[in-house]
Amino acid sequence: MSLEVALPIIIPFLAGSLSLVFYRAPLVQRWLGVAGTGALLLASIVLLYRTYTDPDQVLSIAMGGWPAPYGIVLVSDLLGAIMTVLAGIMGFATAVYSLPTISRDHEAFGYYPLMHLLLAGVCGAFLTGDVFNLYVWVEVLLVASFALLILGGERAQMEGAIKYVALNLLSSILLLVAVGLTYGMTGTLNMADLVGRFAAMENQGLVTVVAMLFMVSFGIKAAAFPLFFWLPAAYHTPPVAVSALFAGLLTKVGVYALFRFFSLLFTQDVGYTHEILLWGAGFTMITGVLGAAAQYEFRRILSFHIVSQIGYMIMGLALFSPLALVGGVFYIMHHIIVKANLFLVSGVVYFLRGSYELKHIGGLWRTHPWLGLLFLIPALSLAGVPPLSGFFGKYIIIRAGVEQESWGIVAVALVVGLLTLYSMIKIWAEAFWKAQPEEHEERARAFEAAVSGKRLTLMVLPIGALAAITVFIGLGAQPIYELAYAAAEQMRDPQIYVNAVLGDTQ
Amino acid sequence: MLLAVLSGFILCALAPWLTRSLGDRAGWLLAILPAGLFAYFLGWIPEVIETGAVTLQYPWIPGLDINLSFLVDGLSLLFALLISGIGTFIIIYAGGYLHGDPYLPRFYAIMFAFTAAMLGVVLSDNLLTLFVFWELTSITSYLLIGYHHEDKEARWCALQGLFVTVAGGLALLAGLLMLAVAAGGEYTLSGILASDGLQEYPFYTAMVLAILAGTFTKSAQVPFHFWLPNAMAAPTPVSAFLHSATMVKAGVYLMARLNPALGGTELWFYMLGIFGAVTMFTGSFMALRSTGIKAMLAYSTIMALGTLTMLIGIGTEAAIVAAMAFLLAHALYKAALFMLAGVLDHETGTKDITRMGGLRRAMPITFVTACVAALSLAGLPPLFGFIAKELMFEATLHGGALTTFTTVLALLSAIMIMAVAAIFALRPFIGARTETPKSPHEGPLSMLIGPVVLAALSLVFGVAAFIPEAALLQAAVTAVHGRPVDFHLYLWHGVNVPLLLSAIAIVIGLLAFRFWDAVLAGFRRMPFIDRLGPERGYERLMDGLVWLAEWQTRVLQNGYMSNYIITLVLTTVALTGWTLFVHTGTAIPLGDINVRIYEWFTVGLILAGALFATITGSRLTAVAALGMAGFGVALVFVEFSAPDLGTTQIMVETLTVILLVLVLYRLPAFVNFSSPGTRLRDALIAASFGGLMTLLILVVHDINVAEPISDQLVQWSYPEGHGRNIVNVILVDFRALDTLGEIFVVGLAAIGVYAMIQLRAEDRRQ
Repeated sequence: MSLEVALPIIIPFLAGSLSLVFYRAPLVQRWLGVAGTGALLLASIVLLYRTYTDPDQVLSIAMGGWPAPYGIVLVSDLLGAIMTVLAGIMGFATAVYSLPTISRDHEAFGYYPLMHLLLAGVCGAFLTGDVFNLYVWVEVLLVASFALLILGGERAQMEGAIKYVALNLLSSILLLVAVGLTYGMTGTLNMADLVGRFAAMENQGLVTVVAMLFMVSFGIKAAAFPLFFWLPAAYHTPPVAVSALFAGLLTKVGVYALFRFFSLLFTQDVGYTHEILLWGAGFTMITGVLGAAAQYEFRRILSFHIVSQIGYMIMGLALFSPLALVGGVFYIMHHIIVKANLFLVSGVVYFLRGSYELKHIGGLWRTHPWLGLLFLIPALSLAGVPPLSGFFGKYIIIRAGVEQESWGIVAVALVVGLLTLYSMIKIWAEAFWKAQPEEHEERARAFEAAVSGKRLTLMVLPIGALAAITVFIGLGAQPIYELAYAAAEQMRDPQIYVNAVLGDTQ
Repeated sequence: MLLAVLSGFILCALAPWLTRSLGDRAGWLLAILPAGLFAYFLGWIPEVIETGAVTLQYPWIPGLDINLSFLVDGLSLLFALLISGIGTFIIIYAGGYLHGDPYLPRFYAIMFAFTAAMLGVVLSDNLLTLFVFWELTSITSYLLIGYHHEDKEARWCALQGLFVTVAGGLALLAGLLMLAVAAGGEYTLSGILASDGLQEYPFYTAMVLAILAGTFTKSAQVPFHFWLPNAMAAPTPVSAFLHSATMVKAGVYLMARLNPALGGTELWFYMLGIFGAVTMFTGSFMALRSTGIKAMLAYSTIMALGTLTMLIGIGTEAAIVAAMAFLLAHALYKAALFMLAGVLDHETGTKDITRMGGLRRAMPITFVTACVAALSLAGLPPLFGFIAKELMFEATLHGGALTTFTTVLALLSAIMIMAVAAIFALRPFIGARTETPKSPHEGPLSMLIGPVVLAALSLVFGVAAFIPEAALLQAAVTAVHGRPVDFHLYLWHGVNVPLLLSAIAIVIGLLAFRFWDAVLAGFRRMPFIDRLGPERGYERLMDGLVWLAEWQTRVLQNGYMSNYIITLVLTTVALTGWTLFVHTGTAIPLGDINVRIYEWFTVGLILAGALFATITGSRLTAVAALGMAGFGVALVFVEFSAPDLGTTQIMVETLTVILLVLVLYRLPAFVNFSSPGTRLRDALIAASFGGLMTLLILVVHDINVAEPISDQLVQWSYPEGHGRNIVNVILVDFRALDTLGEIFVVGLAAIGVYAMIQLRAEDRRQ
């Protein structure tokens, strides 16, 4: 019984509820935003530490005291704990970034409560050990994110948000169907319990059939090919802090769920299921990166790259060798930090130039070299340029591919890396190197003049912190690698998880 | 050693600040670092001569076999000395060339990072650190080439260089990983060179091709050579550095380094021999066609890179000796020539050599230095370049199956390079004085010291060839050949075939120089050469990429919600349905089904409601029909003894219908946009999805691997949960967390809707 497993859910719930109490006091909400996400970050770090040092490296808590598999358990294994820490980092970074960038209107209509509850949903999804409960958390984060998307009521936001919610609801329906079928066959909802009951099933083929439903449902959430449409339709519409939070966390819930289900529950027919995942990974990488190559809007480029990067993570899962899983986990860690940071940078660019359209902006390397540096670190990392974090993620996955002689996917991963660099360099050359286009100079000047130094500092603070983490993950990759390695070990051996949750007595 | 390699990165961080505070003398003072490094590497020479190779290791990411390990032998030391030595002069030179440039601090920062990365490439023992530094040189050189980045052309050239070298770099990564796998998980160069059986690796060909893709792009071999001349968009100090000792030499370095492990096969021999020779010829041909002073030198670099590749490919003892001598000779004269070209450009204001003339009086030191360096380029005695060229001919004359091919191309190249050297050394300086944009005078000391020293070295090494031989080349040849080679360098080899070839080259080359204007005019009549270049291929590729990207986006991300949903549904049906089919075939194991008569009624109600909702033309009817289906579902709940669920469902359905009707009232009239075909398609898709779901439920219907957990919940409900209504106990106790979550979902939806309505309303009020 470890209460710290529940804290990353309780804290944002409390912070969100308190923010609702102070609905009319934006100042209090702002403080709560920083304090609540800060506390979440601390709690998640403590959780990871406790999990890592635990003899089983798995902590669990039975909610309401009803023992597994009868009640709902929250479980923190290394994968879950790592994801929670990432959620904490993202929450804290975007909360700070929200202070200078979120408009009064947004604040007045529940921006901060929504943000907290979104984080609660995300952490819940990472920590639950129950398939139906997972569905509930996915609902929480879906509705919270939908509300954040429409906040502001711009026409473009509405259009994106409708697509977002409709397609994601379809995913939820599939998830519900899959959970229902699972319960129908096995009579349990507890993940650890499911491991044994799936194994006991006479017709293993049916397990694989249900696995496909989970795969499609999580594939939609993860924005994998050919299920990613909702993402590029919506992610560029809300305020940047929201985009960054979404970019960092939402698709990763889908990726996390794929990792969880296709390492813990669905390893009956790896040759079939993971082969499908591998093809999906390849096409996700290619279509995403090509989508980005066609765009000239800062955030749209970044949105498509989320899709493409998801492919690398799924590739790590799909190859399913120990090294590949390490690579997958490593990649997730690196990607969340880097991707969100790029969105945050795009926001600063907007505040300095008044546009996200690359054709309308320029000259930032002349005027703001430090911003150039802060862009280059995550951008080059995303493209996998050594010695930044992205390189090591890619290196591990590609090395796993070479060792397994999966040449096709290795080639795709390499070429997509090159095209990612192409997109990042496009942003760099247009926004930073090119001179500011004269016809948009006036607006750029007006915007730059309107940003006070204090606001800019608050925006750059989280960007700098995330960039520092990126550099650290790269230069100090050894501890991160060890952590990812331990997490992958657990994924390779579901019995560790099962024993820790159900107790060895079972 | 660690500090030596990484010091450049440290200085990179400090350089902007240092440059600002040091002012005009910054170049001289910053050059202390590379000069110190040069002295440090000189200090290694005795140890390397004595022991052959030294490896040092500092752990970095041992779990991934990535360590900061260094391999110091003749080859890496030769490169390290060239990089740090020439780097010293480049730093000094840049201070003069970019004098007064406000962005000089940034320039120095990138320059030091680049130098450090280059040192890392040539000194790394670990394959991955080598790759890390390799990619860093690509990125930093991108920033250097695009130094004048407000110029569109410069951005384009920088991107081209980056794209080509990084593309090759990624292939290289694959190649290196395969190399490590082939060597049995060995990730150090020293280990790989010591292991055998590499050539039995089943993917040997792919591995070599992948590695060569990396080295050929980096070292500008045909057909990837086009990026190098464009890289001249960089300021001259950068070009001088990139072309002489760094960047492009990285590819040559790696081929030389891996020669003992991979060489000796036909694949290696033909790939390097043929591509190298063709590159050599193309480079010298293009050099002769150029009139831009930097373009000329850039193409002659391509010639040199081709020569080196060819020599490594030939791989005989003589060829390796020739390669190392050529490498040293080229670095010395090319750095000097480029820096001189910068002096000319800086002082006259033009890069076009045909517009310069009669400068010998105004710039005497430049003139003399240019003559010496160009003599080495042309390969005339007593310069070190002569020794290198004689050795090269010697090697091609014994080039195995490629003897004729390489010798002919080498001779043709030598002729053209002779002419180019003469043009460079004489054209701007002799003859009548021509008008230039700036009035010329001798360059400052900072810009002349480099070329003078380097040209002088070309001369000294030529006369006293035993100095470089004993100090470095012996050890370097040993490293590249894999075992010691007994050789001595002399200026005078006696009258032999190479000397004869040299003589022919000199005579015809001088003739070409004499009639250069006619030659140029001849070339101008052949415009098809420009169209043939692989650069067109690169442009096509880039255009094609954008076209493909746009096409794909139009097809996939087309903005139509219906298409998105169809794709999602079909994917589900295909994956799940196919899996079901694969695992069960057509004999689908349905469970026992016994349906009672009133259940048929409920089913009929739901089906009719759903069907009617889809075909009716009126929204109101559709809503009512959906309500009917909803009430049917409520009946199902009641039937399976969950009356409270049924009640809830009825309330929800009622509310939904009422709300929808209220909304419908405000909507415009219903228009049907779909054609019958579309509707049929949609109906089929919907039916397949519904059918699949039904099938799945029927299949799992009576599978029970173990007793469901609900049995235990029923037992606990009253004694433990204190409630007789099991559903309630589940909702508020056993699975209270779910309920809490759902409460928040409803709350969130309420906030969202409230905000949506209010925020818009306020917009309208304003």
